[in-house]
Amino acid sequence: MNLTINNVVHEFEVDEDTPLLWVLRDTLGMTGTKFGCGVAQCGACSVLIDGEVQRSCSIPAAAVAGREIKTIEGLSADSSHPVQQAWIAEDVPQCGYCQSGQIMAAVALLDANPNPSDDEIDQSMTNICRCGSYSRIRKAIHRVANA
Amino acid sequence: MINDSKSRREFLRSSAVTVAGLSLGFSLSGCSPSANSAALTADQRGLAADVSVWLNIDSNGLITIRVPSAEMGQGVNTSLPQLIAEELDADWSRVRSETAPHTADFVNPSTLSRGTGGSSAVRRWWPTLAKAGAAAKEMLVSAAAQRWDVPVSELSTSNSTVIHSASGRQAGYGELASAAGQLSIPENPLVKSPADYTLIGKPLKRLDSPAKVNGSATYGIDIVVEGMSYATVAASPNFVGELISMSEADARAVNGVQDIIEIPASHYVNSGIQSIVAMPDTVAVVANSYWQAKKGLAALKPQFSDGGVAGVNNASLTAGFMAALDQEGVQVRNDGDISDSLSRAEKLVEADYTVPYLAHLTMEPMNCTAHYISDDVNGDRLEVWAPTQGQSHAVNVLQQAFGLHANQITLHTTFMGGGFGRRFEADFVVQAAMISRAAKKPIKMLWSREEDLQHDYYRPASASRFQVGLNAEGLPVAWKNVMACPSVAQRNFSAAVVNGADPFSVEGAVNIPYSIENQLVTLKQHDTNIPVGSWRSVGSSHNGFYVESMMDEVAVAGNHDPFELRRKLLQHEPRFLTVLDQLEEKSGWKQAPVAGRFRGMAIHESFASIVGEVAEISITENGSIKIHTMTCVIDCGKVVNPSIIETQLASAMIDGLTAALRGGIKIEEGRVVQSNFDTYKLMHMAEVPAMAIHIIDNDEAPGGIGEPAVPPSMPALTNAIFAATGKRVRSLPIESSLA
Repeated sequence: MNLTINNVVHEFEVDEDTPLLWVLRDTLGMTGTKFGCGVAQCGACSVLIDGEVQRSCSIPAAAVAGREIKTIEGLSADSSHPVQQAWIAEDVPQCGYCQSGQIMAAVALLDANPNPSDDEIDQSMTNICRCGSYSRIRKAIHRVANA
Repeated sequence: MINDSKSRREFLRSSAVTVAGLSLGFSLSGCSPSANSAALTADQRGLAADVSVWLNIDSNGLITIRVPSAEMGQGVNTSLPQLIAEELDADWSRVRSETAPHTADFVNPSTLSRGTGGSSAVRRWWPTLAKAGAAAKEMLVSAAAQRWDVPVSELSTSNSTVIHSASGRQAGYGELASAAGQLSIPENPLVKSPADYTLIGKPLKRLDSPAKVNGSATYGIDIVVEGMSYATVAASPNFVGELISMSEADARAVNGVQDIIEIPASHYVNSGIQSIVAMPDTVAVVANSYWQAKKGLAALKPQFSDGGVAGVNNASLTAGFMAALDQEGVQVRNDGDISDSLSRAEKLVEADYTVPYLAHLTMEPMNCTAHYISDDVNGDRLEVWAPTQGQSHAVNVLQQAFGLHANQITLHTTFMGGGFGRRFEADFVVQAAMISRAAKKPIKMLWSREEDLQHDYYRPASASRFQVGLNAEGLPVAWKNVMACPSVAQRNFSAAVVNGADPFSVEGAVNIPYSIENQLVTLKQHDTNIPVGSWRSVGSSHNGFYVESMMDEVAVAGNHDPFELRRKLLQHEPRFLTVLDQLEEKSGWKQAPVAGRFRGMAIHESFASIVGEVAEISITENGSIKIHTMTCVIDCGKVVNPSIIETQLASAMIDGLTAALRGGIKIEEGRVVQSNFDTYKLMHMAEVPAMAIHIIDNDEAPGGIGEPAVPPSMPALTNAIFAATGKRVRSLPIESSLA
């Protein structure tokens, strides 16, 4: 199987039904994308596919061959992406486990809507954070928008 | 490669080969709790430098601080280094932190064990860490004094620099570190007075943020060990039923499946740890990948017996708790004369309350990586990479499970995707080690979310009955509180159970702050087949709800404003009064809320911090509850990092509000019915209220911050619901009660 992830083509063999999440984590060692539920409920596994945020635990890798896949590792090598910078500036992460997914969801939101209202943030940011970092996620998104 | 070991090896190499670093450590092994005064022999110091260190300063001035507590989101990888950096006069921008290895050096001197819980990291580590920082600073100053041939008294420190103002000379810590590392560690380093603090009390940025925004932070689930295979498990759904059948051939036919390993509960019984771990019959599937292991387990279709608990469901459990309230319990408080005072009361207020079992649902499901090496000649060895809150507990359990000495076990602590008390348990650690031993290879064991939700050690369900007598002024003069609750302590903290009374079951109920002359509090321990454990704020998570709901009932019955009643009863508690008065002011309690909004109040002390909260809510047109604002005031004593405190209070309130609204395990046929986040609903961004958080800074001893905002959040909300609807929520969760 071939996949283009963060602009790099990877070639590997897995069972046809393997979800993208497990290809990223176990086959390719890109562990920034997290497993939280396996049923597309929590968003910890969020990645961008052709620029759209998707939950990689519930997408067979075979279904996204030929598409542009972007993971947290592909945002920047040095945490310099504006959304990452805003996350650091607002000290968003607590345990941090959900934050790769939250950041990917925020990137997709801001790409589509550079200055989202609180309501629009509520509609788009549906990932679960068990630490309850929601208020700071909201502030960080506004920080990017206002930069 | 193994991330943890790699950085450890690099660290050892850099300190051993270049001798560039100042390495400081206080070996506590064999010392009494008061002996952590840096009074070490050269041999001890050599050992500490080789094996364990508090901090390392490289020649470029980069300071690496080792953190004895485990980072699970509560910020210890920042707040504990802040304590050292303060005494060190370090340049915070040049400070890094990492979780310390599990050696005797990092055993807490006050508890004589290593673990993270009870909102205790700052409280328990401050004296030790202050000395570590102060000692290092004195050594750096001495090195500068020798270099410049001036008295130590002429030198000062600031921002990782030693300064000789008389001559204008200065030297960075990085250039002094090597010489300082040759000096003996001062026995009684001088720690600062709070007036001189420059870092403590400041909202310093978290040191772990950069790694947590680019995917590089290593959690348990991210550990990779050369040659490892993957495993996933299914345990008896009703906790007590036995494995009776499985389709092993079907599972082995799944591509990539290597092995099927049974771990019967008798395994734990035979090794003497079942009373601690309380683990069910379990079967594991080992495969080349997690996905294949998961498919293998689905094909295996393990079946378990009903364990004699087929009749257990929520209704039967609640009936059991209510029946237990009628049985005689253990007296845990008996002030004055409860019978006489109740009989003389002008008015009697009575109510029964219940709460459900709660799951922890850490974002990172339970997992552990283990490599068990059987060696008949040299002795077995076990290496474990665990997202654990309880290192000492885990090692104790592993020792008993495998008959090993502590020195045969190497434990690495990873970052945790949440803990909340769940990761204090050792079940997932010993399970991974058992699978590795049977499979004869390194194993990364990962539970599905379904397994995680259905095999938790839940916050206990419980029941609480109140009879409160009021006098002619409507003030409570007799307080009788009878509780029925499963014991959390009897497994992991059995020494804490005295005369049949689990202190966790009664915390927050046995020690109410209110001035009420006659009080009787009793506990009837009532255990079921549902395993229980520590859940964020433990006993206070239910007793805070019970007591503060009842106080609201008393206020209504006695025709007092809930704030004014509390104020009257807290006259002898100045710290409570300060919190209460600030809460009144910040929430605007005395001003009417805008039309359609209603407020509820609660105040509760836990983990040495006092937290008051006001919930402001409205009821929407479709009857659902909208929480607009949570106002929160905390007195947690001396403040270390207000930014981290703010996040912990918000986090704890969201945890508490979520539990109050819809938390609760549904049980049928003795097993948990919910399976994932689609059936166990959590709060999302859109529901989160505005948070007005106020931190009182004073010079009192530091209190905890991870848990204390949980307990008052639930009754603040239900008291607001009463104000809005006249309906008293006496059974959580709210959404079931009001349905």
